[in-house]
Amino acid sequence: MKIRAQIGKVLNLDKCIGCHTCSVTCKNVWTSREGAEYMWFNNVETKPGVGYPKEWENQDRWKGGWVRRDDGDITPRQGGKWRLLAKIFANPHLPEIDDYYEPFNFDYQRLQNAPASKAQPTAKPYSAITGAPMDKIEWGPNWEEILGGEFAKRKRDYNFANIQTEIYGQFEHTFMMYLPRLCEHCLNPSCVASCPSGAIYKRAEDGIVLIDQDRCRGWRMCISGCPYKKIYYNWQSGKSEKCIFCYPRIEAGEPTVCSETCVGRIRYLGVMLYDADRIKEAASVANEADLYEAQMDIFLDPHDPEVQAQARADGVPDNWLEAAKRSPVWKMAKEWRVAFPLHPEYRTLPMVWYVPPLSPVQAAADAGNIAADGEIPDVASLKIPVKYLANLLTAGEEEPIINGLRRLLAMRRYRRSLTVGDTPNEAVLAQVGLTPALVDDMYQTMAIANYEDRFVIPTGHREMATADPWGQRSGCGFSFGDGCHTDGVTRGNLFGSKSPQQRDHAPGAPRPEAESGARK
Amino acid sequence: MHTLDYILFQIYPYIAGTIFLFGSLVRYDMSQYTWKTNSSQLLNNSMVFQVGSYLFHLGVIFLFFGHLIGLLMPVSFYPYLGLTAHSKQLLAMISGGLAGTAALVGATILLYRRLFHRLVSAQSLRGDKFILILLYVQLVFGLATIPISAQHLGGEEMEKLIGWAQHIVTFRPGASTYLSGVYWVFKVHLFLGLTVFLAFPFTRLVHIWSVPYRYAGRRYQVVREYRARATARSERP
Repeated sequence: MKIRAQIGKVLNLDKCIGCHTCSVTCKNVWTSREGAEYMWFNNVETKPGVGYPKEWENQDRWKGGWVRRDDGDITPRQGGKWRLLAKIFANPHLPEIDDYYEPFNFDYQRLQNAPASKAQPTAKPYSAITGAPMDKIEWGPNWEEILGGEFAKRKRDYNFANIQTEIYGQFEHTFMMYLPRLCEHCLNPSCVASCPSGAIYKRAEDGIVLIDQDRCRGWRMCISGCPYKKIYYNWQSGKSEKCIFCYPRIEAGEPTVCSETCVGRIRYLGVMLYDADRIKEAASVANEADLYEAQMDIFLDPHDPEVQAQARADGVPDNWLEAAKRSPVWKMAKEWRVAFPLHPEYRTLPMVWYVPPLSPVQAAADAGNIAADGEIPDVASLKIPVKYLANLLTAGEEEPIINGLRRLLAMRRYRRSLTVGDTPNEAVLAQVGLTPALVDDMYQTMAIANYEDRFVIPTGHREMATADPWGQRSGCGFSFGDGCHTDGVTRGNLFGSKSPQQRDHAPGAPRPEAESGARK
Repeated sequence: MHTLDYILFQIYPYIAGTIFLFGSLVRYDMSQYTWKTNSSQLLNNSMVFQVGSYLFHLGVIFLFFGHLIGLLMPVSFYPYLGLTAHSKQLLAMISGGLAGTAALVGATILLYRRLFHRLVSAQSLRGDKFILILLYVQLVFGLATIPISAQHLGGEEMEKLIGWAQHIVTFRPGASTYLSGVYWVFKVHLFLGLTVFLAFPFTRLVHIWSVPYRYAGRRYQVVREYRARATARSERP
């Protein structure tokens, strides 16, 4: 046994209102540079829909994640090492910019500079790549927001597998949910496995997956290799970039920007202890539907003295062990079983988990026949099909999703009985295997969701993690545009380095050519 | 003419070679962030591009090793490989002609895309366009040498070029004298070839140094674990 710790994350989809604050704050902090405009380290998708980039879940097309071979070993879906190297001159599985969208800005200066005219001037979009005006924006990072577009297109959503979709195109049967997505910081990342340069790595001390910007050579195999399409190629710098889990904040014991600014308080961060020696075993189980349980099995109980002793021996600091005991991620994923991994069938063992959303039982209520399940409504009568959630979160296995949803319903029914009733409804708790003490904790964590309960992040120990901080100074996972230097952006570099402050097509100061409308 | 030959084919090779090696070293040391393939595949990933890229890369790789072996292998080795000067020249012309044609077809696709594709052209640095045009012209001249070689199948002309190359890499004087009387197309091809080496460290060609051969032998997962090193260090007496 080799115990490692990771900061895991849970998103409570039951409370996500789809406001995109996470995406916007993240973008403002990390990806507002040239070449990074189309990168959404965090984005929020409305489901059902094809998502961002288009059809990211369609692994027949992008070949992301792992596949289990007949001999029981797993190999990246895009091919083993030699096959992957053979594709290096032109990666056949690489998404094109149009699968995301052509990045654009609006010519806001026009609103101030336009000559007098009868009609109001408009801020027209122009391409961030060419600077040329764009007539029509055809697609964007959030094109399907609130079920935008035709159902015929949205129903290509991969999670409709084994579901009769036609009925959900009808108004009275339609459903939707929000799915905020970021890098999963997997235990068995296929981007790392796909990187010919060995530039992508997982940090042992907190599990954050980073791309060494200095070592990345732009072979772009990670982009197709990641099944979540959460690695982006910077067309300006020629390097791949990804969500860095705000590692400078995590090291300081602070939540990531997306979590900190989440107005719905749906995001949770906490330590998970796991057995690193069993990663491969868990990722290789024969049946995809067993992957969720297999991953659960390698998480270790932080209250177990043996685990604590072993963890100390393996170098997990004491404040991390203490934090692990109070970890909301541990509670929601393992103890309460209400949080699930995103697409475990990719065999990457993702570490960002989701509490499935409840949905109205209105249609059934209108018909006067809510199917009851003891004290709570039958989850089958919820608007969002359980099968859909299972395809999303448990590789199609419905049982864990049903149990999770029933617990959420039971918690509501119980709290309602405390608030408006005379007697606590403990029967409903017994029905789903909860106790009043447990459900109080669930309520405190998930409904009240105080800051201290959501974010239990021990301060990092870089002094222990780094034997030689000076030597590590360029081992970075993020760059504002000139490699891993934190200062001294070179101008006029012989080798074509470019200052990130210099934008080729920046709106900036009033531009004379904006008047004539011609732009190069 | 003799002086020009001396400058271009006796002095220039060493200037180009020095800048090639030291320039690469300096860039690798000082500017890792710029060391990249600079792929534009994200902006245009058509099937035509993919085919073009494969033809170009595979063709050029074959040509590089073909020239390396063909020019630098001592003539005295030929009999051991069952070759004569004549048959070796034929082999070079045919294989080089095929690879050169493949590379030229690929380069045509890539150059057209580089210059005229809306997004690729906008994203390209001047150096990207320059090096591709240089390689394109170089390929055309390389192929143009084949019909000329066909008029000298005895191998004597080829041995002049071999003599020049081997004298250059072994730092022997008088290399450029081998080239007196060599047809001008060969000389242009040599000059452009040396210029590619000169430009190499300042262009995206540096990615050639970083052929990721180590990938084939490494484990899939990369974990940066500093603790082990820290512990090992502190335990040292």
